[in-house]
Amino acid sequence: MPKLIKNGQIVEDNWVVMPKPDDAASASVTGENVIVPMSVWLAQADQLSQRNDLGVWIDSDEEVEAIADHLDRFQVIAINFPSFRDGRGYSTARLLRERYGYKGELRAIGDVLQDQLFYMHRCGINAFVVREDRDPQKALEGLRSFTETYQAAVDQPLPLFRRRSS
Amino acid sequence: MYKYDEIDQRILNERVQQFRGQMDRYLAGELTEEEFLPLRLQNGLYIQRFAPMFRIAIPYGMINSTQLRKLAEISRKFDRGYVHFTTRQNVQFNWHKLEQVPDSLAELASVEMHANQTSGNCIRNTTTDQFAGVIADEVADPRPYCEIIRQWSTFHPEFAYLPRKFKIAVNASPTTDRAAVQVHDIGLQLVRNDAGELGFRVYVGGGLGRTPVIGSVIREFLPEKHLLSYLESILRVYNRYGRRDNKFRARIKILVRAMTPEVFAQKVEEDWAHAKDGPTTLTPEEVARVSQFFTEPEYETLEDNPPALLDKLETVKAFNKWYHRNVNRHKKPGYAIVTLTLKKVGTAPGNMNDQELEKIAELADRYSFGEARVTHEQNIVLADIRQQDLFDLWQEIKALGLATPNLGLLTDIICCPGGDYCSLANAKSIPVAEAIQARFDDIDYLWDLGELDLNISGCMNACGHHHVGNIGILGVDKKGEEWYQVSLGGTSGHETTLGDILGPSFAREEMPDVIEKILTVYVENRIEGELFIDTYRRIGITPFKERVYAKAH
Repeated sequence: MPKLIKNGQIVEDNWVVMPKPDDAASASVTGENVIVPMSVWLAQADQLSQRNDLGVWIDSDEEVEAIADHLDRFQVIAINFPSFRDGRGYSTARLLRERYGYKGELRAIGDVLQDQLFYMHRCGINAFVVREDRDPQKALEGLRSFTETYQAAVDQPLPLFRRRSS
Repeated sequence: MYKYDEIDQRILNERVQQFRGQMDRYLAGELTEEEFLPLRLQNGLYIQRFAPMFRIAIPYGMINSTQLRKLAEISRKFDRGYVHFTTRQNVQFNWHKLEQVPDSLAELASVEMHANQTSGNCIRNTTTDQFAGVIADEVADPRPYCEIIRQWSTFHPEFAYLPRKFKIAVNASPTTDRAAVQVHDIGLQLVRNDAGELGFRVYVGGGLGRTPVIGSVIREFLPEKHLLSYLESILRVYNRYGRRDNKFRARIKILVRAMTPEVFAQKVEEDWAHAKDGPTTLTPEEVARVSQFFTEPEYETLEDNPPALLDKLETVKAFNKWYHRNVNRHKKPGYAIVTLTLKKVGTAPGNMNDQELEKIAELADRYSFGEARVTHEQNIVLADIRQQDLFDLWQEIKALGLATPNLGLLTDIICCPGGDYCSLANAKSIPVAEAIQARFDDIDYLWDLGELDLNISGCMNACGHHHVGNIGILGVDKKGEEWYQVSLGGTSGHETTLGDILGPSFAREEMPDVIEKILTVYVENRIEGELFIDTYRRIGITPFKERVYAKAH
């Protein structure tokens, strides 16, 4: 079974990511523990809401606002990084955590590499499917780059300046 | 000047360690070229024409004598004994060995210097007025806000992979804008509202480069405490909606123009409505903590125009000329602001060798409380000189070739490194600057011409700010050959305007003649008291065009 970094540990990943279909409305969601594309969820929300074993994944050019009212239906939300240089997912992650109060598993999928994990984690991503040609064990080091940070973010809701003076 | 505490130092040291690890993995083949690229860029490292170009931040232009000496030392140890001061208050090395960069960064970190985010698609070094804190007319000292922005933008987790680079500038003078805030991605003008409260007028979407645009005001008054949360909302809207499909359409100016400034502003306000008054809201304690590093040094109680100064001004003509050109008024009686011009003929604008760096460090220690500033015009400022010491200082810097009385004049050229060093350049820029400086080396003629900005960029990226030069020169590539396009009428400052293109471009050897013709048209047409830009605005581009492109008889 594929590996996943979750909450700083390497664990088995028992979810399957469904690729984007040509037609979101008619694509069938088969199997259990499926992370469906956001477009599929939106097109079939009435039926899919009946299931309790689904997650959703958001692509970098999709707006998280569209599913903001559905978040309690998902056991896992994945954010796709089509390239590690596409930084839109960082904003998506913070919006999910800070604005919409999503508390479940938030995972990074796609071009996920060691050197981006620290910032992803700061933005609220707590699970990482490291690109399959890389060793997740080694990638874990990426979560330990800094022991202190300046800004408020999901991992540390107070900016350094509010903690420094105390 | 800001002084790191244990936490600032720890974060910086961890950054050096992080990059050392990344470099090791790159050299071991564990990171591909493509994967390493943004990592090295965000640590200041470009791969250039001959060797890596390594760009060090001088946050908002402030540098102390210890740091100047460290730059000199690094230039000897890891480079070729000189540095290049850029148009964005950074300093560049050109000859570091790739594998030695982590060691160089460790040396820099020991004096609270770094190369963080000096390149790459992230928030760059925040810049400001080189006279911050020593001029009388500023609304408030902009440097504490620059430092607050520096800390907020340093390793910001959400904004390290933006569509493109992002530059913020802060200005505090209501009358002049030496920080050029209207041509930055975000420009912040310190203002007070009718109730006397401090805040910022916010410009967004300005920039030079391939598509020059003057920034739009999206907020007339942003209260001081909301500075960071509002910046965060601007950055978030840009990060989410800025174009990523085309590098040349990826700057925020393109997004602002596509959305219109009104819609962009509305998007920012919508996002900000959620963040406003949250934890990122600045506290008075933090503003006070940072401000304490920028308090006045221990000025003596002195009188303006001491007899020693007046006597030398009367008797030494060259000193008098330099005084009137390169010395600015200080807010404290008996003090003065001195600009050392790094523009002597025969050296590339902005270049300085290790001995000069050390000499300036020594002068800063002896004359100016151990501090100096670097300017976007690529000069160095000693900001707190006692007027009674000006003559002695002048003699010392004259010997170093740093007292050319050309500040703001034709030969005080802003110039990028160009094709001699930069792999992006279409054409060389330094030889053009040198040829112009050599042709117009008669200081009396320069004085007669008066204030005139001549800016040279070696390519569309406009590091030499050619669009806002009264005379702008742009290197272009025509079928593999280097040509130069001339524009007239650009200005920077509160009334920023972009220059108009004169016409077809010229070969390099024609440039001094072209400039001479342009100057002749000005001299023939000017009315008493008119600067070049005034005459240009009155008579327009046609007389210049006719003269420059007239067929030879």
